[in-house]
Amino acid sequence: MPELAIQTENLTRTFGDFTAVDNITFEVKQGEIFGFLGANGAGKTTAMRMLTGLLTPSSGKALVSGKDVYSEAEAIKKNIGYMSQKFSLYDDLTSEENIRFYGGIYGIPDKELGKKIDEVIESVGLGDVRKQLVRSLPLGWKQKLAFSISILHNPKIVFLDEPTGGVDPVTRRQFWEKIYEVSDQGITVFVTTHYMDEAEYCDRISIMVDGRMDAIGTPKELKQNMNADSIEDVFIQLARSAERGDE
Amino acid sequence: MNSFAGFVIKEFKQIYRDKRTLTVLFGMPIIMLVLFGFAIRNEVTNAQIGILDLSKDEVTRTLIQKLEASSSFQIQAYLESYEEVEGLFRQGNIKEVVVFESDFKEKLIRDNKADIQIITDATDPNLANLVQSYTSNIIRDYVKELNETGEVQKAGLNPQVRMMYNPELRSVNLFVPGLIAVILMLISALMTSISITREKELGNMEILLVSPLKPYHIIIGKVLPYLVLSVVNVVTILVLARFVFQVPFQGSYFLFFTEAILFILTALALGVFISSAANNQQTAMMVSLAGLLLPTVLLSGFIFPVDSMPVPLQIVSHAIPAKWFLIIVRSIMLKGSEFILIWKETAILAGITFFFIALSLKNFKVRLQ
Repeated sequence: MPELAIQTENLTRTFGDFTAVDNITFEVKQGEIFGFLGANGAGKTTAMRMLTGLLTPSSGKALVSGKDVYSEAEAIKKNIGYMSQKFSLYDDLTSEENIRFYGGIYGIPDKELGKKIDEVIESVGLGDVRKQLVRSLPLGWKQKLAFSISILHNPKIVFLDEPTGGVDPVTRRQFWEKIYEVSDQGITVFVTTHYMDEAEYCDRISIMVDGRMDAIGTPKELKQNMNADSIEDVFIQLARSAERGDE
Repeated sequence: MNSFAGFVIKEFKQIYRDKRTLTVLFGMPIIMLVLFGFAIRNEVTNAQIGILDLSKDEVTRTLIQKLEASSSFQIQAYLESYEEVEGLFRQGNIKEVVVFESDFKEKLIRDNKADIQIITDATDPNLANLVQSYTSNIIRDYVKELNETGEVQKAGLNPQVRMMYNPELRSVNLFVPGLIAVILMLISALMTSISITREKELGNMEILLVSPLKPYHIIIGKVLPYLVLSVVNVVTILVLARFVFQVPFQGSYFLFFTEAILFILTALALGVFISSAANNQQTAMMVSLAGLLLPTVLLSGFIFPVDSMPVPLQIVSHAIPAKWFLIIVRSIMLKGSEFILIWKETAILAGITFFFIALSLKNFKVRLQ
């Protein structure tokens, strides 16, 4: 039986009277690409924050790479990579400096770091502009760079929070090729997205509505269960029942 | 340690690349010092005055000459009657009119007493006060002269005034310590709070918090560069004060820098505290300016003496770190005080510092959860 990358049981987070995440229970297998879907305000980001140790759950259980989010948050941090929705590179540093900085934070030794930097620069195709400030790079490159940085320390799981927001279809396609590459290396990819075509690329997806996890399974299963042609239809059927509006 | 060093290096690089901020960081102390040192001063030079001499005798002429000779005054008008006084003030240039009563000399000899009326334009009360006291001083000096030459016998007290530690009453001596406090507050607190909230705003903070980096690594890494910059600024101000404005420095430099670093730590802790409450750079800036800079300027005794404030404000001023720092720095610079004389203020300042460091560390952690 494959090791579980993420395992939650009745995970809940409330803010005052508001239940952002309502008793979600799911598992993510090691090496899987897990799509995490939901309308704005459905609780995706809150759930992700609990799994990455940014927020403490109100109740329920969660294990990330076998470690408990309550008591072993520090151990979890070494095993995960995170790329946030907001852009996470430093604009006023060069690509090289960004890689060096994040590599340093994750404690990659200087000797290895030099090699890693060359690898990343090459894989993203930044050879000519490695000494240019990130500010001057196109968004697509920045996102690829941010992704490469988030897996620099070979984490077991990488969390991507809407990694492809605002980029063109070609770049998105390239981005997903990178995700597959990473997944082939055995890294679990936990990704939130708004693009339904991207959901089809995932091994399994879950759809959150009003803080609950209303559906989970492979894209094919979900379409069969809901009798829909595409994930978009599945999503719209579920999201229509939502009571929370856009935040 | 490796990751921490990397963090600090990155922070320095970012500050160094932000040329605008860098200009403000190093330009501001110089501009402020020059401004306060040259333009904003409490001593009066070339105040325009008017004279209404109803007596026109020897004594009044000498007195007028003495006023004229003083660099503080410039006699702009000779009036003929009282009616002209008000009109003159309304024109706005004349700050003071000195009126000698008629038969001035005779009265002085006969009664040992003659009246001089000093009328000032009190729309600017500070200036009016100064001009008035300068005039009184000149007159008093003259009266003393008369006494000595025995021309006029005058009984009564003759106060001998001696201004210690700042005999020329140079305001720059008073401003420099205050300026150090203001600039340190501004750079340490404002800049750190902005730089931390910027990480939050741009989303980098999340990444940092998800990383194995400890929160105190982040705080110290953020704060350390500004500590260094602040010390550089203190040196700049001190050099300028010493060599451009000839402000005396009586005490120990070691003690001074130790106290300065203590105050910088207070300001940095305040900056971290603000950034833990504020979510964006604008809020951080507004809070820093309104919440820190204004009290530092207004309530610390920098410009307005604490003792002359209403009691509630005096109580508030106790909570302002700059107040204690000012007492300390003025003692060290102007009086050459040893630590033993300022340990109480130092202890209070240290107390405030620890309080805010604890508070900001706690808040920073809470935000994580």
